Amino acid sequence: MNENLPSEPSFYEEKGRYRGILSWLMSTDHKRIGIMYLAALLIFFAVGVTLGLLIRLSLLSPGLILSAQRYDEAFTVHGIIQIFLFIIPGLPVAFGNFFLPILIGARDVAFPKINRLSWWLYLTGAFIVILSLAIKGHPPDTGWTFYAPYSVKSQANISLAVFGVFVLGFSSILTGINFVTTIHRLRAPGMTWFRMPLFVWTLYATGWVQMLATPVLAITLVFIILGRFFGVGFFDASKGGDPILYEHLFWIYSHPAVYIMVLPAMGVISEIMPVFSRRSIFGYHAMAFSALGIASVGYLVWGHHMFTSGMSDTARIIFSFITFLVAVPSGIKVFNWIATLYKGSIEVDSPLLFALSFIFLFSVGGLSGLIIGALATNLHLHGTYFIVGHFHYVVFGGAGFSMLAALHYWFPKMFGKMYREKPAKLGWLILFIGFNVTYFSMFVLGFQGMPRRYFDYPPQYFTGHLISTIGSWFLAAGLIIIFANLIKSLFTGAKAPDNPWGGQTLEWQIPSPPPTENFREIPVITERPYRFGRK
Amino acid sequence: MGKMFNTISGKQIDSQGKKIGMWFFLYTEILFFGGMFLLYSVFRSKYPMDFHFAATEESIVLGSINTAILLTSSFFIALSISAIKRGEKRLSSCLQLATMVLGFAFLVIKYFEWNAKIMKGIYPDSAVLLQKSKGTILFFGLYYVMTGIHGLHVLIGIIVISFMLYWTVKEKVTRANYARLENTGLYWHFVDIVWIYLFPLFYLIT
Amino acid sequence: MNKDYPSDHIVSFKTNTFVWLALLLLLGITISVSKMRLLGEYSVLAALLIASAKTALVLAFFMHLKYEGRFLKRLIFLAIAALTMIIALTFADVWYR
Repeated sequence: MNENLPSEPSFYEEKGRYRGILSWLMSTDHKRIGIMYLAALLIFFAVGVTLGLLIRLSLLSPGLILSAQRYDEAFTVHGIIQIFLFIIPGLPVAFGNFFLPILIGARDVAFPKINRLSWWLYLTGAFIVILSLAIKGHPPDTGWTFYAPYSVKSQANISLAVFGVFVLGFSSILTGINFVTTIHRLRAPGMTWFRMPLFVWTLYATGWVQMLATPVLAITLVFIILGRFFGVGFFDASKGGDPILYEHLFWIYSHPAVYIMVLPAMGVISEIMPVFSRRSIFGYHAMAFSALGIASVGYLVWGHHMFTSGMSDTARIIFSFITFLVAVPSGIKVFNWIATLYKGSIEVDSPLLFALSFIFLFSVGGLSGLIIGALATNLHLHGTYFIVGHFHYVVFGGAGFSMLAALHYWFPKMFGKMYREKPAKLGWLILFIGFNVTYFSMFVLGFQGMPRRYFDYPPQYFTGHLISTIGSWFLAAGLIIIFANLIKSLFTGAKAPDNPWGGQTLEWQIPSPPPTENFREIPVITERPYRFGRK
Repeated sequence: MGKMFNTISGKQIDSQGKKIGMWFFLYTEILFFGGMFLLYSVFRSKYPMDFHFAATEESIVLGSINTAILLTSSFFIALSISAIKRGEKRLSSCLQLATMVLGFAFLVIKYFEWNAKIMKGIYPDSAVLLQKSKGTILFFGLYYVMTGIHGLHVLIGIIVISFMLYWTVKEKVTRANYARLENTGLYWHFVDIVWIYLFPLFYLIT
Repeated sequence: MNKDYPSDHIVSFKTNTFVWLALLLLLGITISVSKMRLLGEYSVLAALLIASAKTALVLAFFMHLKYEGRFLKRLIFLAIAALTMIIALTFADVWYR
């Protein structure tokens, strides 16, 4: 549907009320906001990776480069940055912002000014968190989980860090409200619910989680601050309080938060698989409903983070049972992606490589989750490196690799340039190998009893740590190749056609990069997406 | 279904969409206050007698007056929206002002309630409070936190209504364009509903 | 009533006033019931039920839900259900320790 008309200026060239940097910072254009978010996210990711490398290095010779106190701060800040500044905002704010309106045939989101507010709040929250690292006193050292009572008593700059996260949470809530309203109200004529691309379905489910889970974190953070400033002792046993209640309130948000990370990631994979196998997605309805299923069931499993905390047996049994249930919709998605490949005409381009490795790595992570979701084995593995391996597989191997997949898949559309395929594949290979060496060894270490968040350890764990750290260097090398390739291609890449992959969703029907208003005319939708080859 | 933005520059206002967005925001507020109600219900189930006796410290008279004030303020703002829909700018403005006044009265009474307790040495982490039983300490902790955060929401509501009042007078909020006043009303009613639950939980459990 | 924009419906002065009076009446009932200590252990439950009745009135009339479409009418239950579930599951811990 490419019209043969003189091309409009792209959204980069749009002349608005402001000039220069201000034209970006004051913009309400969802595409500009998405690009700015992407840049910020990747910068924070780089900082987080550096901290991770530092932690792994320190573990080779504990005390040499980081004292015990500094080690605590390092893993705390690593967690805060990677989770709250990178992967939770993650796919929704970068690719959701850029592509949601386009995928449903709209010109922008429902509330563009609120969208800009979300972006400003993100920057503000990030700034406040960074402030907590930089000003007088210690950076936070409680772990990103801020467990009471230590978070109430620690001498570190906890209140500031926690307030920064509060502001970031508010940004996330507003984004959720915006996206869900957008999907309800701004779909193009003819785009019924079951004609929406699957990435949109996952953004919808994610938006609900953002709305219904994040406020619980918000009030919990307020309780920490009130405890620190006014001695309000809801989690202090000497004042009648209960620290386990902190864990409940914290994880009521933070478990659903992992679905904020992973649902859009799964949506991206659902976009890529049909295009690169030239087959319609297998089981579209199941994919849509499983997204809703993951979001709803995932809201009720948080207790599996607390099996060793002192919770009642009744609660532990209930939470373990529901945890096993939530694996079902995730499994449905994995089967359907693989079934999509069957009898397909497969193009092994880099987006597909990242997508396929997502499926593998997320599955490994998910299966390890079943092991720790079972009560008896959890007793042995809670608080060990097994957990660290598990969540890095699902969050980094899963959501992280999906971000890389999205970045490569949509790079031509967002930037109007093609990246070079060979370095992308090379970077992927080195990253994939490095990733597995780094994190699989953690499963072994954890099984052998190595605790997490420990600055030092008995000598029998040294080999495992050594292997993991060497793996981290390959991991970093892979990332460097990938990003060097993308950044270079921004400047010297070949001009991208409108539809380099032969996709059939709406973003491929408009120029690369898109004009400000997205569509010359709002399209009328008459068919379902992914009409490649299956009925 | 999508019905706006259907020309290159033409922007239609989606008032129904704005209202839906506001309801979504209220759902987030339900969960925000919900975290506090969760703690209240857990602690109350643990220390029922302490809560029962601590509540005698509250003045049912002041609590009832405050409840009546908020219910009436909700009444007024609902009327003000009906008024603007009929194009009655002046009536709507007066009712909005009356809502603000009642909201302010609520906060004044709250101030006196808090002050009375603080004068007796009952506030979080005070020496007096820490002598008391655990359930009592928790009761007053919850009291200050929940009525405090609620009061903050009342204050924000008053400020937002003042903007609405300004815009009504300046005719930016009109019979054809009243979504923001309506949404402000939704917010105000929500704040009223939170108090409808706070009142029995802190004043009437004796 | 414009089906697409239910807000165009105007709640009458009369309806609003009846709702307000009903709310004040319920307020009176809840105070008297608590003072009379009729119900003992169940007085809190009674107070919460009356509070919920007041809430239903505010939601239906002042917040216009009675006149809105099915979507908005049903959705409030999603938020309430979410809150109920998290409190219930927390009690699965607290009550059975």
